[in-house]
Amino acid sequence: MILDIGFETMPREDLEAIILRRLKATIDRVYASVPFYRKKFEENHIAPNDIKSLEDLKKIPFTTKADLRDNYPFGMFAVPMDNVIRIHASSGTTGKPTVVGYTARDINTWAELMARSLAAGGATRKDIIHNAYGYGLFTGGLGIHYGAEKLGASVIPVSGGNTKRQVVIMKDFGPTILTATPSYTLYLAEVAEEMGVSFHDLKFKFGIFGAEPWSEKMREEIERKLNLTAVDIYGLSEVMGPGVAIECHEAKKGLHIFEDHFIPEIIDPETGEVLPYGETGELVFTTITKEAFPVIRYRTRDITSLNPEPCICGRTHIRMNRVTGRTDDMLIIRGVNVFPSQIESVLMEMDEVEPYYQLVVDREDNLDTLTVMVEVGERLFSDEVKHLQDRERKIAKNIKDYLGVSAKVKLVEPKVIARSQGKAVRVIDNRKI
Amino acid sequence: MLVEQISVFLENKAGRLAEVAAILAEADVNIRALALADTSDFGVLRLIVNDNQKAIRVLKSRGFTVSKTDVLAVEVEDRPGGLNRILDILHKAGINVEYMYAFVQHSGKNAVMIFRIDAIDDAIKILQKNNVTVIEGSKVYTM
Repeated sequence: MILDIGFETMPREDLEAIILRRLKATIDRVYASVPFYRKKFEENHIAPNDIKSLEDLKKIPFTTKADLRDNYPFGMFAVPMDNVIRIHASSGTTGKPTVVGYTARDINTWAELMARSLAAGGATRKDIIHNAYGYGLFTGGLGIHYGAEKLGASVIPVSGGNTKRQVVIMKDFGPTILTATPSYTLYLAEVAEEMGVSFHDLKFKFGIFGAEPWSEKMREEIERKLNLTAVDIYGLSEVMGPGVAIECHEAKKGLHIFEDHFIPEIIDPETGEVLPYGETGELVFTTITKEAFPVIRYRTRDITSLNPEPCICGRTHIRMNRVTGRTDDMLIIRGVNVFPSQIESVLMEMDEVEPYYQLVVDREDNLDTLTVMVEVGERLFSDEVKHLQDRERKIAKNIKDYLGVSAKVKLVEPKVIARSQGKAVRVIDNRKI
Repeated sequence: MLVEQISVFLENKAGRLAEVAAILAEADVNIRALALADTSDFGVLRLIVNDNQKAIRVLKSRGFTVSKTDVLAVEVEDRPGGLNRILDILHKAGINVEYMYAFVQHSGKNAVMIFRIDAIDDAIKILQKNNVTVIEGSKVYTM
């Protein structure tokens, strides 16, 4: 269902006029109220009224995660704290957390975009939404929650963790929509199976999954195991949170970016050059309606491409393809670029392999080694050692063929790889570089 | 004629075998025979126990990957050449033995060996034709 026909199916020409107007207003505002942006503009000899067309956006320098950290905690806020009604922060596993703020209008915009997203993913006001995204500083839980309420659906704020209880709630409350990270979703399926609960007896119709890169194979796996239609949702706290882009369940082929609020660009991560539609590079966002925490040309570090083709669902907003990796979780193994999502694709191609894996990178005698830990489930297991060794070799060969990197495959017992209660830990890099 | 064997995947690290033994002991499951095949990283533990259903249930509930395989329990004369005779019969019939291991208990004055064979039905026929005793599963579990 298209929730906001007016904006979501607006002819491109009209949409672009609105985008330009909003962009100019945003540039004026950050220049006036955020010292960081004013300084950056001045250093590059740019004045706000130099931005006359959407093309002019590329004159403005990028904003990076490091810039946000340098201005920790509230230095990037464009309104006085009196007007901020909500603060979220990213996990900060690789440094200081990134802190973002929202005005009352920002929260309302976010709720509207999340409501649009849920509707695009198949939800209506008649649905019961089981929201297993974590509630707290992470934007996932509350973002989905407000959108579900805005849509008028019934939301179960179950959050992450306490998985057995979640299965009981799924059985007893009969939710029809599941929202969670894909890795937690697979864990839910596993726990349900252990508890003797079949998803075929539950009422789920659609699942809206995101917050971490996942593959098309993983979608098939989730759809098969959970007996629902799975769509991809995209967002990041620096830009807003979940609901920046959503796949429509009609096409399930790329995520519509809500362009009346966000301008996407794809750049070459090395040179910063803007790439044409269809080319793969780093996704960059400029927010054009946010009040408390606007970002200008923010480098997401997510790797994807943009698709301007019209969509069967009727939305006119551009689509981004599935995020295939991040510039910062890209591993360089003996000079070869490796994304965990590529290894995942190789594993998921093999029917007998379970969706639990972990990559361990070490450096022995100045040589990088990649070990892929794969859990042995019933489909992979054999009573014959030679068959297990054949399978190890086959996985290693497929990785080598597909990625051009030699990996040692190590079969491990089930549950050895920690189950994610939120985002999965896919890589352990032990290299001291 | 067939005997059900259960196999358990083990990582090659300290205490894993002991844990399997402890879980089975706790569940009051008696191990009748076992063999471990291993590589530097992992091992496959094969077991003949007195209660397969229960053993599989408790091991799975503790997170182990477990599978069932049909194997043969064959009486082998407890004298030089006893095993050789059996292998010779199978070899001449073109039947390949994947692996085998010995059973703890004797059957009368004969030793008992477990054979893992792909062409299991052919093996039974050829062994019986040569007057070799293939022991019933139900008998093996309680021997």
